[in-house]
Amino acid sequence: MTTYTASISMSDPNAEHYLLAPHERASPVKPREKATNVKFDRDHRETIGEYTSASARIRCRNVDVFYGEKPAVQDINLDIGNNQVIALIGPSGCGKSTFLRCLNRMNDTIQDCRVTGDISMDGKPIYGQDVDVVPLRAQVGMVFQKPNPFPKSIFENVAYGPRIHGLVNAKSELEEIVEKSLRRAGLWDEVKDRLAQPGTGLSGGQQQRLCIARTIAVNPEVILMDEPCSALDPIATAKIEQLIDELRELYTIVIVTHSMQQAARVSQRTAYFHLGHLIEVGETAQVFTHPQHQLTEDYITGRFG
Amino acid sequence: MNDLAPHKVATSRSLDIVMEGLAKRRKAELRFRAYGLISIIAALLFLLILFSSIISKGYSAFLYTNVALDITFDPQIIDPEGTRSSDALSGADYDALWKSAVYRLFPEVTDRQKKRALSGFVGSSAGQRLRAMVKAEPELIGTTRRVWLPVDDNIDMLAKGHLGEVSELNDRNRDSQGWLVTLQNQDRIRKAINQEFFTNGDSREPEAAGIWGAVSGSAFTLLVTIGLSLPIGIAAAIYLEEFASRDRWTDFIEVNINNLAAVPSIVFGLLGLAVFINIFGLPRSSPLVGGLVLTLMTLPVIIIAGRSALKSVPPSVREAALGIGASPAQMVFDHVLPLAMPGMLTGAIIGTARALGESAPLLMIGMVAFIVDVPTGLTSPATVLPVQIYLWADSPERAFVERTSAAIMVLLVFLIVMNGLAVYLRKRYERRW
Repeated sequence: MTTYTASISMSDPNAEHYLLAPHERASPVKPREKATNVKFDRDHRETIGEYTSASARIRCRNVDVFYGEKPAVQDINLDIGNNQVIALIGPSGCGKSTFLRCLNRMNDTIQDCRVTGDISMDGKPIYGQDVDVVPLRAQVGMVFQKPNPFPKSIFENVAYGPRIHGLVNAKSELEEIVEKSLRRAGLWDEVKDRLAQPGTGLSGGQQQRLCIARTIAVNPEVILMDEPCSALDPIATAKIEQLIDELRELYTIVIVTHSMQQAARVSQRTAYFHLGHLIEVGETAQVFTHPQHQLTEDYITGRFG
Repeated sequence: MNDLAPHKVATSRSLDIVMEGLAKRRKAELRFRAYGLISIIAALLFLLILFSSIISKGYSAFLYTNVALDITFDPQIIDPEGTRSSDALSGADYDALWKSAVYRLFPEVTDRQKKRALSGFVGSSAGQRLRAMVKAEPELIGTTRRVWLPVDDNIDMLAKGHLGEVSELNDRNRDSQGWLVTLQNQDRIRKAINQEFFTNGDSREPEAAGIWGAVSGSAFTLLVTIGLSLPIGIAAAIYLEEFASRDRWTDFIEVNINNLAAVPSIVFGLLGLAVFINIFGLPRSSPLVGGLVLTLMTLPVIIIAGRSALKSVPPSVREAALGIGASPAQMVFDHVLPLAMPGMLTGAIIGTARALGESAPLLMIGMVAFIVDVPTGLTSPATVLPVQIYLWADSPERAFVERTSAAIMVLLVFLIVMNGLAVYLRKRYERRW
């Protein structure tokens, strides 16, 4: 009478499935078929699949990230190919966001975070002594998990980047860039009459598209997206996914996602992370249909995660 | 799903338990609200008592009893040589003018002692008033005019009824009371705005003692304090919070700043005496040194409040700015600082309001001295409002009691004006979105 007993049983094999929101569910639950392609068991930790890319923009070799003494990401080798979308998937805490933030050195802002190994962009190391992060981040833009527009007007949100980088000389040019970026982010028609209103007054999906517009206003070459749809409803998610597909022609995109459907829909390559290790990487279709590693197979069939 | 059965049992049972405990929870809630209400009412009550006590004692100091005298501007007294030169007009014996006018009103007073008492009926600033009149308008010489002049502070107290019933008065005051009634019946007594109180510096004579010296001293001191502590404090907070690397040194500095905020203010006064006056040789009793000492005292408060305001800015704003390639300085000044500014200003208001009310550190640097002249700059000797209140509260004359309360009222108005300005500024910079 004094204690309350938790009663959802975790022994139910489909419990995880029911706890997820409908759009996040990987697939209808089916009895697990016997894996046919799996060649590596769960203890294997070396990367399976082709991690290099012929048209590599960013090349990562032997990357380790430590938070203090604790390793968060270990021995990552991965190429990010030009004008393609690569999805980083894996269970929470596997280091995919940490790895993503290495690519534009956002980890610099975190106390005690240490990155070793080589990451180079177009052949130039980005962790060199004399590398300035400002041009790097202008080149490698980022969209965050939670929409984070500046508490300023919609116009100011988009105009801020071009202005600080000196990309424009006249006000008309700035207005042109703002319009072009908002159009490309698919937001122009919704906000063109209220550009002076605060960006934080938009809905969640609109805010995230505003953040994407803000990122592309600087004209980056690579865009990093850290679970951009995790705070959005399915309709807003669909809009963003369509946007990612359109942006692929112009930009190289790295996207971290928890939704395997999303990874399957928007990406050409997929990398599966597990407890700080890059387990398997390959063509998206191949990873989802014929995973070669037992852990990958476990994850995409919903056995955990 | 064999787990469903215990689940159902648990649900119905826990609902019962919740219902049972509900009354207790509600009571706790009401109790807490009652405590809050009681403390607010108590606070308001004490505020009311404080204000009514100060105002009831002090409001009378803003008015002063004046007497109408028929002054004959006798050329023989003012300017016997007829040069009308400025020196001659300044140096004349104007007291003789009003004294003869008072004697003419009461021709029956012939006793030497009583005549002396009668000459004490008019205040010592009457001569200055007459001098100012003649210098402004030399044509007055040779005419007779009815002039309203301030009475002596003792007569003022009599007129305001502060000395008690007629039966309690001593002989001298009883005489004065008689004259006062006579003059009142002739419509020669009225209350007017106490000009001296608002325009003069300190004085030993209550009727000539004014608050203006202390007000301008406080204003100059605060000017120095705000001018130094606001930029230094905000810059230090920004540097420590946003740019300094987190190591043992920053921790050490942080601990020291927190300790400084708790150091008794008189210690800062001693520091000011030792450093600013003895080493740098700055003039003692000056608003400059006072402002420097109060800056030292205010800085820790502003830095601590500034840092917590910066800390409360969500990290997502910083990430957003850095993510599109803003440099750390651009991130801070374009995005973080505008969001933190209202909180920083609140800290600055609290700090400067405390500095305005501070008297202990200023005792050490000589701002407690008796200073008659109204300060004209940062280096002229000055006193400040709280010190003035302390000095007047210590004075034996009855008339200083109401002046003390009036000075407190002026200090409160000063504070309200300052805080009002700060709240206005904060609202202007605050962005609610």
